[in-house]
Amino acid sequence: MSGLMMPKPSDATLRRRDEIVADMRVIVPGEGVVETEREMRAFETDGLTAYRQLPLVVVLPETTAQVARILKYCNERDIRVVPRGSGTSLSGGALPLEDAVLLVMSRFNRVLEIDYPNRAVVAQPGVTNLGISHAVEAEGFYYAPDPSSQIACSIGGNVAENSGGVHCLKYGLTANNVLGIEMVLMDGEIVRLGGKHLDAEGYDLLGVMTGSEGLLGVVTEVTVRILQKPETARAMLVGFPSSEAAGQCVADIIGAGIIPGGMEMMDRPAIRAAEDFVHAGYPLDVEALLIVELDGPQAEVDWLIERVSAIADKNGCTTSRISSSEAERASFWAGRKAAFPAVGRISPDYYCMDGTIPRKELPRVLAGMRALSEKYDLRVANVFHAGDGNLHPLILYDANKPGELEKAEEFGADILRLCVEVGGVLTGEHGVGVEKRDLMPEMFTEADLDQQMRVKCAFDPNHLLNPGKVFPQLRRCVELGRMHIHRGQVPFPDIPRF
Amino acid sequence: MTTFTPSAASEVLDAVKWAVSEETPLEVVGHGSKRGVGRPVQTEHALDLSGLSGVTLYEPEELVLSAQAGTPLAEIEDLLERNGQQLAFEPMDCAALFGAEPGRGTIGGVLATNLAGPRRLKAGSARDHILGIDAVSGRGEIFKSGGRVVKNVTGYDLSKAMAGSWGTLAVVTALTFKVLPRAEEETTVAVRGLTDEQAATVMAAALGSSAEVSAAAHLPEGVVSTVDHGVLGGDAATLLRVEGFGPSVASRVELLKSLLADAPEIELLESQRSRTVWRDIRDCAPFADGTEKPVWRISVAPSAGHNVALAIRRQAPATAFYDWQGGLVWLRMEAEDEAEIVRDAVARSGGGHATLLRAPPAVRAAVPVFQPQPPALAALSARLRAEFDPKSVLNPGRMYRTGTDGMTL
Repeated sequence: MSGLMMPKPSDATLRRRDEIVADMRVIVPGEGVVETEREMRAFETDGLTAYRQLPLVVVLPETTAQVARILKYCNERDIRVVPRGSGTSLSGGALPLEDAVLLVMSRFNRVLEIDYPNRAVVAQPGVTNLGISHAVEAEGFYYAPDPSSQIACSIGGNVAENSGGVHCLKYGLTANNVLGIEMVLMDGEIVRLGGKHLDAEGYDLLGVMTGSEGLLGVVTEVTVRILQKPETARAMLVGFPSSEAAGQCVADIIGAGIIPGGMEMMDRPAIRAAEDFVHAGYPLDVEALLIVELDGPQAEVDWLIERVSAIADKNGCTTSRISSSEAERASFWAGRKAAFPAVGRISPDYYCMDGTIPRKELPRVLAGMRALSEKYDLRVANVFHAGDGNLHPLILYDANKPGELEKAEEFGADILRLCVEVGGVLTGEHGVGVEKRDLMPEMFTEADLDQQMRVKCAFDPNHLLNPGKVFPQLRRCVELGRMHIHRGQVPFPDIPRF
Repeated sequence: MTTFTPSAASEVLDAVKWAVSEETPLEVVGHGSKRGVGRPVQTEHALDLSGLSGVTLYEPEELVLSAQAGTPLAEIEDLLERNGQQLAFEPMDCAALFGAEPGRGTIGGVLATNLAGPRRLKAGSARDHILGIDAVSGRGEIFKSGGRVVKNVTGYDLSKAMAGSWGTLAVVTALTFKVLPRAEEETTVAVRGLTDEQAATVMAAALGSSAEVSAAAHLPEGVVSTVDHGVLGGDAATLLRVEGFGPSVASRVELLKSLLADAPEIELLESQRSRTVWRDIRDCAPFADGTEKPVWRISVAPSAGHNVALAIRRQAPATAFYDWQGGLVWLRMEAEDEAEIVRDAVARSGGGHATLLRAPPAVRAAVPVFQPQPPALAALSARLRAEFDPKSVLNPGRMYRTGTDGMTL
């Protein structure tokens, strides 16, 4: 990936930069255009910091009408546009392009409407994920999807990435919690999908938009479902002598009809790093540690925790603690929540992966990872959303050692290939972006990718919106649209009929 | 008239390729249990997927099930029930509404029509549970999307695009769904004698509480007697379903009762009684009257539902009941379909959509069955269709009439 090929910058656009900047200032007066190199530095990368690129110009619109004018202007002049929310993407989804306008949505930062009877919040896309929960917490409500960047990441970005979080096995991903959006297409058309009602009148374009990584349209308003906070939550901390035993415990919990609010697993290196960092009281003599959180009415949580405890015992857990206070529950989570920075302490750099696997394949994938770790001579620590099979291997490396970043990336790619091989996928919640773009053929055939690109053609036929992301090779829409079956060529099919 | 009956995806591909080369449309059909929905499709040829049947993967502990598109829904629901699981979105059985044999319908049809039942409110619809598909596009090409894991953002979610597409984008040949545990217990709290407006307030309060209500419906006086063989009597019933483990259900029912302390009359429907009532609501049993009187399925904001029904009834005779906290209005027109009145009321309510789910074929041919879209959105939908099925060979005209731009959905 270090030798990442991005679309060749357009000389015509680069030559017209001054004119484009001036025109952007007309569309977005005031402070909304950033063009000096010094000021644009703040936007040169996102959460995937290995890649940096200054954009052509940064524009921060404030109204949907401005977004529509910017996109229409760019569409008519063949100028590329990269949308950006808070810039927390871990896959380079908001990586700028040298010849592209970087459309930053952070000034769309207002909650527009709180509607308790319909349990809906209408917000501008730059409002943070946590900002929505904060806006409704006084009434006991919250917004369920909770990506770990929730303090910073924007709800518009969540829609673009279909963000998850630790609670999504029970409460769903962004796609399951967004009711509607307003968006602007590349040609400047403004379209509303959904609202406070459920399901679509026609095609589920909201479903297509969610997780489309900023390639189909720019979201300018979001309506989400809010939920009443669970009455209570209790957590269990359970240690196992093997990842197999921990995995079987997870399977048995779900087999018993229990869907915990959260169910996280850590392997030995991750446990040790976390414990050294935050002293959460994690056992150090186990191979796998599970945090199982049950939330809901007190009666339910108390009852279920007994059942989960029995299942853990049956699977041979060697340590088992049940939180008896909010403080203790928080302490169980402290290590898991600090896992990334904790790993950051024991290694100069780390690279976070995001594959999903069928849960039962965990032992095989962990064994494969150990072998790869030896092959590449790089350490790896694992945190795992155990309930839904979403694996976050953290590869430890030192970017100052020549070739080590490349080695870490190759290691990561091999892990993702392994995930696909066992029936899993390249990315569970971080997105494809530029990071996994070139691995897409590991999972999809050319025909699969062509059909996805045709969807892109329906929204943005000139590939101007966030090009170079998601698809390893951009094919022209004219070429994609060409039919390969010609009139009268195919014989009457020799299949059963009546 | 030829009806192709493929028993493998490769045969589906052959049939679609042929249709593309002949530019001749195919009616794509499973059991045909919802054939009475949508604009009447007039094609010389049909592609009947009911022979493409069988569950190919079921791993209860992984919460995942894969099946070929023509697999009977009943077979899948039986299998899941034996393992204490379910399709959480409660797919509707349209048989009662159309006076047909119940228990028909395929898993492919479940996705293509996306008609979720009462639990939609809490658990989503088919579009929220589909994990992956194999399909043949209207271009005559095989493609797949998604996978078999519940957390996946790899590429565009084309599986969701199939939800509610009524077979107009691609022929889905195999599907993988997320499945979930069945609740061990269920109890329905029935509040009696409320007006539609009072019911909306009560349902909003219940859904806004921590009682985790999994379904909320209101059956006005005159409709109540049409569910569960009339055992509920005649007074309006506002129904709140609580599901889960025994101790949890008991505690949440108590919570609801204290929340509803001011309600005139409350009764509890336990287990089987609760199940029967919700199945009848799911299947629109109140309008299973053996007629072809127009039935609208209207989705609006929950608090707007009763006002939409009121606005329509002021102008035309109609009977209504409500699911989804009031946001799903089932409306039977007692005379004409009154599409303009219905859609005007929906538009004035702040947005939503109305589908003419039942009407005689002549009416469905003349009246827009699916909610017309604003121009920019309609154009986008048409472009999407063209990217999947440029020759319009799959169920042409099922959703929308040929537009001014010559595009058919």
